[in-house]
Amino acid sequence: MNILAIDTSNQVLGIAIVKDNKPIGEMKTNIAKNHSVRLMPAIDQLMRDVSITPDELDQIVVAKGPGSYTGVRIGLATAKSMAWALEIPVIGVSSLEVLAYQGRFFNGYICPFFDARRGLVYSAVYEWKNGQPEVVYKEENLLMADLLENLAQEDKPVLFLSPDIDIYMDAINTQLGKQAVIPELAFHVADASHLVLAGTRKQAEPTHALTPNYLRLAEAEAKWLKQQKEQQNNE
Amino acid sequence: MKNDTIILGIETSCDETAVAIVKNGTTIVSNVVASQIESHKRFGGVVPEIASRHHVEQMTLVLEEAFAKAELTWDEIDAIAVTEGPGLVGALLIGVNTAKALAFAKQKPLVGVHHIAGHIYANRLETEFQFPLLALIVSGGHTELVLMKEHGSYEVIGETRDDAAGEAYDKVARMLSLPYPGGPQIDRLAAEGEANINFPRAWLEEGSYDFSFSGLKSSVINTIHNASQRGEELKSQDIAASFQSSVVDVLVSKTLRAAKEYKVKQVIVAGGVAANSGLRNALKDAFADTEVPLLIPPLKLCTDNAAMIAAAGTIAYEQGKRASWDLNANPSLILE
Ligand SMILES: [Zn+2]
Repeated sequence: MNILAIDTSNQVLGIAIVKDNKPIGEMKTNIAKNHSVRLMPAIDQLMRDVSITPDELDQIVVAKGPGSYTGVRIGLATAKSMAWALEIPVIGVSSLEVLAYQGRFFNGYICPFFDARRGLVYSAVYEWKNGQPEVVYKEENLLMADLLENLAQEDKPVLFLSPDIDIYMDAINTQLGKQAVIPELAFHVADASHLVLAGTRKQAEPTHALTPNYLRLAEAEAKWLKQQKEQQNNE
Repeated sequence: MKNDTIILGIETSCDETAVAIVKNGTTIVSNVVASQIESHKRFGGVVPEIASRHHVEQMTLVLEEAFAKAELTWDEIDAIAVTEGPGLVGALLIGVNTAKALAFAKQKPLVGVHHIAGHIYANRLETEFQFPLLALIVSGGHTELVLMKEHGSYEVIGETRDDAAGEAYDKVARMLSLPYPGGPQIDRLAAEGEANINFPRAWLEEGSYDFSFSGLKSSVINTIHNASQRGEELKSQDIAASFQSSVVDVLVSKTLRAAKEYKVKQVIVAGGVAANSGLRNALKDAFADTEVPLLIPPLKLCTDNAAMIAAAGTIAYEQGKRASWDLNANPSLILE
């Protein structure tokens, strides 16, 4: 069983190949460079390195967001098209859930997040139970201030995981003090091989049905819906 | 022994998710276009983020339909051709990354295609090319005169210095409060009106094949504005007819002059605005007195589609051009 995992949903570009539950190849960069240019050469190289050809793949797992809209789409367009052409299943995993795997052995709440600008974050809160991350707070696009306020009411320590941790370090420490646990930077980027772990707990959807997990409407769409509502109220 | 060249084409440069399969660059095997126009109508124009969202949702469905209609297998596909630019970058990215993923999965050669080359090659699905040929490309994003001396060689002899003709149509349509897309609406109104307002024609400097439509656009705005200040009501049919006649006049004159200067054997009209009946009729009249055959593809090949990308890609493939795995979307790709 050969599985290819792809994550281009945020700044990190991660790919992994897992053979019979064993990660045999992984590549990860955490630099601001173009995913569209680099993804396919990276897949080609990694598959050569581990001597697996495309037609030997049995499944693809992809990080479906939240994150960069464009990044998420590059990953999904690639994963869906490959899976469709090879007639193998494709599984989409939340980009927050895969990041939560970095807190696998933490006793308390695990809070992965991505910066969504203007004080907003994409985040969720998990707790490890029965060998898997169980959702405590569901995925949401909300103000970091609101998230921290909610977490401050909890009586458990909270592990924060984020490639954007620098932006909110002060806010977290101020609000939560000793309740907050912030590990070294090496723990704040997801491993693509963990996508495969998360994927094994999920059912593959039909390839056509796999859509990005934006957690947010397109700006034009949100505006349009608001206008429609206002018009209805005025009538 | 297999003699046919069969190319899979993918096009996502704007708001159409399109996949097609073409044989030998001349015969459509299947041609599927998922239009998003209904979704963008409510915004009065194409919203790039919405377009990208639709593309990623539609792509594998459109692929499946194109293969189902073609009734052939991957073994028969020689290469994959994709629009690499110009266009909306987020939209282009879906096509480019899809094409790369398919080419990698099935270990097929990959070819990048310029969107305008595609529009020109839409004509080869109807009539074989004879060189030298002149192509007039008019669409929402382009107004260009391209000279071709042989397959795969493009010399841009004239282009717009500001707005594309289609852009000017959309803006004037908005001034007249016509629904999106405005081009066909203006064309319809123009047929009912009289070209009795003398809008300017931008001929530019002597001998130039370039175009400019921003002056015309401003003149239309001013004319409407001044009339309303005087309390006069201009008939929108007449505005449409006068505007259209200014655009068409310049397009037809320059095309005719270039055709004569370069002694071309064919004149090709391509792009979405080639669907415009005012332009079609004026071109037909102008070229009726010449020896040069005028080729205008049927409507569904004028607008964005992937058969044209596969057709242009066939030539690039036969000429040995190949894209590598780092192929990227290029929103301002130059035709060369
Ligand atoms: Zn076009």
